[in-house]
Amino acid sequence: MSDVADRVKKIVVEHLGVEEDKVTETASFIDDLGADSLDTVELVMAFEEEFGIEIPDDAAETIQTFGDAVKFISEAS
Amino acid sequence: MFDLTGKKALITGASGGIGGAIAKALHGAGAEVTLSGTRIEPLEALAAELGDRAHVVTCNLSDGAAVDALPKQAIEKMGGLDILVNNAGITRDQIFMRMSDEEWQSVLDVNLTSTMRLCRGVMRPMMKARWGRIVNISSIVGATGNPGQANYAASKAGMVGMTKSIAYEVASRGITANAVAPGFIATAMTDKLTDDQKDKINVQIPAARMGTPEEIAAAVLYLVSEEAGYVTGSTLHVNGGMAML
Repeated sequence: MSDVADRVKKIVVEHLGVEEDKVTETASFIDDLGADSLDTVELVMAFEEEFGIEIPDDAAETIQTFGDAVKFISEAS
Repeated sequence: MFDLTGKKALITGASGGIGGAIAKALHGAGAEVTLSGTRIEPLEALAAELGDRAHVVTCNLSDGAAVDALPKQAIEKMGGLDILVNNAGITRDQIFMRMSDEEWQSVLDVNLTSTMRLCRGVMRPMMKARWGRIVNISSIVGATGNPGQANYAASKAGMVGMTKSIAYEVASRGITANAVAPGFIATAMTDKLTDDQKDKINVQIPAARMGTPEEIAAAVLYLVSEEAGYVTGSTLHVNGGMAML
C-alpha cells in the first residue's frame, strides 16, 4: 500500500474510530464507516492539513470512499 | 466565573453602544478582542481605551467579499478565533405598503446575510478547536413584530432560526450558538426617538425604563463563557419584561 493510502487510513481510523480492516478501497465513509455529514467535512479538513493541499468544496463532494480520497490526494499532492 | 482568559473574540458593530459594551465586557473578562465596524475612529478610540489585547478591522457588512474576509483578518490579528458576536445591524424603517425592494434588501443583507457569512467563516477554526461560541444579537421585534420594521423584524427573526439550525449541526463539536434579543436599549438607535415616543415605550415595559448596553453585554458574556457550554440554540430575552417569551 502506498504511503498516501497509509496516511489517509490512519486519519480515517482515528477520526471515525473504526477497525483498520474495515477501511477498504470501496468503503464508503457514510454508508460503511458510520460517518455523518459533519464527519466527512472534518475528514476533508484533516486531509488538507496532513497533505498540505486545498480540497475545494465541489471536489470534496466527490470523495465518498476511502479509494476516492486516496486517488484525489495522490493526484493533488 | 466567566473567565475568558486566552479566548479570542470577534465583535461586529463594535463602534455602537451595545457592541462597544460587549467588547468591554469580553475584554474585561480576559479575552483578546477584534473590534469590527464601518467607522475606524470610534473603533480605534475603543481599542485605545481597552489597551492590550484589542485590534481593529473595519468591514462594510453589505460587501459580501469583505464579510467573507473578516474572520480570516481577525484570525491573522489574534492567531485564532473562539468567539463570534454578530452585533452589527441597521434599520431602514418604512411602513410596509411603501417599503422599497432596496429598503428590504439592504437590511436583510447587513443584518442576516452578513451574519450567515460570518458564522460560516468561523466554523472551520471552531470545529478544529472543538470549542466555539457564537452569539447573534437579535431583537425583541424579531419575536413580536413592530410597525414600520417589517424588514428589520424579518432579519432578526431570521437570525433566530438560523442560530438554532447552526446549534443543531455543531453541538456535538463543542460549539454553541445562541441569540440575545434586546428590548429597548438606550443607544444612538433609540436616541432618535422623541420624548413622547420614549414615554409610550416605557409604559409598555414592566421595568419602566430602557435597558442599558451593559445589561446586554452581561447576557453575551454569560453565553460565551465556559459555564454556558450546555446552553445552545436558545434566545435570551433581555427586555425588562416587555415580552415574556
